[in-house]
Amino acid sequence: MIRKMATAIFVAGICGLSGGAQAELLGDATRGETLFRDCASCHQVGPGAKNRVGPHLNDIFGRKAGSVDDEFRYSKGLARMGSDGLVWDFETLDAYIENPKALVSDTRMAYRGMKDEKDRADLLAYLRGFSASPANIPESQPTARASEVELSPETLAIVGDKAYGEYLSSECLTCHQRSGANEGIPGIVGWPSEDFVIAMHAYKRQIRPHPVMQMMAGRLSDEEIAALAAYFEDLE
Amino acid sequence: MKLNRRAFIGTGVAAAAALQAPMVWSQGRPRVVVVGGGAGGATVARYLAKDSQGQIDVTLVEPTRHYYTCFFSNLYIGGFRDIASLGHSYGTLAAEYGINVVHDWAVGVDRDAKTVTLAGGAVLPYDRLVLSPGIDFVDGSVPGWDVTVQHKMPHAYKAGSQSELLKAQIEAMPQGGRFAMVAPPNPYRCPPGPYERISMVAHLLTQVNPTAKILLVDPKDKYSKQALFEEGWAKHYPGMVERIGPDFGGDKVEVRADAMEVVIDGTVEKVDVCNVIPGQKAGRICEMAGITEGNWAPVTGHTMQSRVDGNIYVLGDATNQGDMPKSGYSANSQAKVAAMAIRGELLGSSVFPAKFSNTCWSLIAPDDGVKVGAAYEANDEKIASVSSFISQTGEDAALRKQTYEESIGWYAGITSDMFG
Repeated sequence: MIRKMATAIFVAGICGLSGGAQAELLGDATRGETLFRDCASCHQVGPGAKNRVGPHLNDIFGRKAGSVDDEFRYSKGLARMGSDGLVWDFETLDAYIENPKALVSDTRMAYRGMKDEKDRADLLAYLRGFSASPANIPESQPTARASEVELSPETLAIVGDKAYGEYLSSECLTCHQRSGANEGIPGIVGWPSEDFVIAMHAYKRQIRPHPVMQMMAGRLSDEEIAALAAYFEDLE
Repeated sequence: MKLNRRAFIGTGVAAAAALQAPMVWSQGRPRVVVVGGGAGGATVARYLAKDSQGQIDVTLVEPTRHYYTCFFSNLYIGGFRDIASLGHSYGTLAAEYGINVVHDWAVGVDRDAKTVTLAGGAVLPYDRLVLSPGIDFVDGSVPGWDVTVQHKMPHAYKAGSQSELLKAQIEAMPQGGRFAMVAPPNPYRCPPGPYERISMVAHLLTQVNPTAKILLVDPKDKYSKQALFEEGWAKHYPGMVERIGPDFGGDKVEVRADAMEVVIDGTVEKVDVCNVIPGQKAGRICEMAGITEGNWAPVTGHTMQSRVDGNIYVLGDATNQGDMPKSGYSANSQAKVAAMAIRGELLGSSVFPAKFSNTCWSLIAPDDGVKVGAAYEANDEKIASVSSFISQTGEDAALRKQTYEESIGWYAGITSDMFG
């Protein structure tokens, strides 16, 4: 089924087929852009896209799993899948997005999965636009959302005290596993500190909805948030 | 060993103690003995060993070789977990953290000599002692019930074989039979626990015995998450649960284990299974150590030190500390404050202001999870609640499912925080 879809797109690309049936198989990239908003809190794609909590997704098609660059720290499982030869294509991406943990059990991607086949097709059609072949990369801005909260440059510039962060982190580790595993509660190990700081301030200001996190973040000072961010960023 | 004079002068209480009796660590390393290997004891032992990097000699005394968590044991009764998934060994704490794990009962504390005596006869010297023994039951709390009849009327409020017994009894009930619970008076371990258990028993009965009834005899006017439980019972188990509160004699109960009778304010009710959760007190070692006032061990929230003896720290259910509920999460949270304070005293490491938190998740029915929680800080009188939240009635199914999944994540998180 998935292969057929890929083939259909290939054929469509060459022959310029159009019409309802094919359009459905192809996936609707415009709708995919909307669906990508769920992904954009961790992933960027498009010109200037950078690694954030998750790796950037430019040229994801054809990329070996776990290989965006030397800087990004993948879970052991994802890195191993790459070494074992997993390459991202329609079929593998489709399976991964449908249920990330089914494909890579220790993945740090805290996403439950996209159950609807058409949603996945639309999303992949959108992402395919940012891989070199066959389509050109469109001249659009990175789709990562603007920061959830406006933080002053001073707040963002605070250098966290890692030793203090280590003590404060013991409170986080009652729920968030030290291993970085995602089991009902997302992993927070190895996040870029800026993303960590923004997320915590979003909880503190009650822009993000989770009541436990609002409570936890609500009593942390800017320095304490920075300390936690510094500690978790470098945790292996 | 990084003991120096400045470290002591820096920490008020310790400084005073040090002046009275200058501290000499036997064998070069300060010794901490931890009694009780649950959410408080296992956590404090692990954090002391991990964060002192071998500079503190940590001994953990716990009678069971395989520890069954009380939290999530209701989910076992409901059929959502198997019993093995609640069991944890101390192998990692012994092998990877260098903790001396001793499987024995502590039966005495000599506070002057600073030693703990074990049932097996050994005597353990300590520089600091942590008592985290959980609960024991108050004698005569429910007339007619004591541990000699706990095989007929299980408490299942210390998890393991009691949980297995209660579940087996429920499954063996005659069709259309009646399950009774005698709920405990305040304060007790896990405030929503009895009511989550009612939910899980109701769920199990809808699967195996749908015409059975549940009688809840309760000495309390109100209880934790009451609106959420009552809404859930009406929705998932309509007509199954009857609660008798103190207004109808729920506080005047006795049981007759041989006859399987519950006597409520003089009225005899015949039942098929009876789960008696008696009134509770600090694990008895606290009483033996002479650090209790009434049923519990008072502590200062700044450090979790006993208010009776500054060389002894007390964690979790056994304490009287203020606003925190008696829960595994609370004990785990308190353990981290105590570990920091003990390292500060013994090694002169940094001590930060105490922060505590708690969340209690409860499962009402499949994928219908709720939670309540709060954040706490210490003042001179007590540990005081500074903010709190609770799930709302009428929440949509997706949120309830997410809350349940979150509780599973929490279980994985806290057990790896305890046992490594």
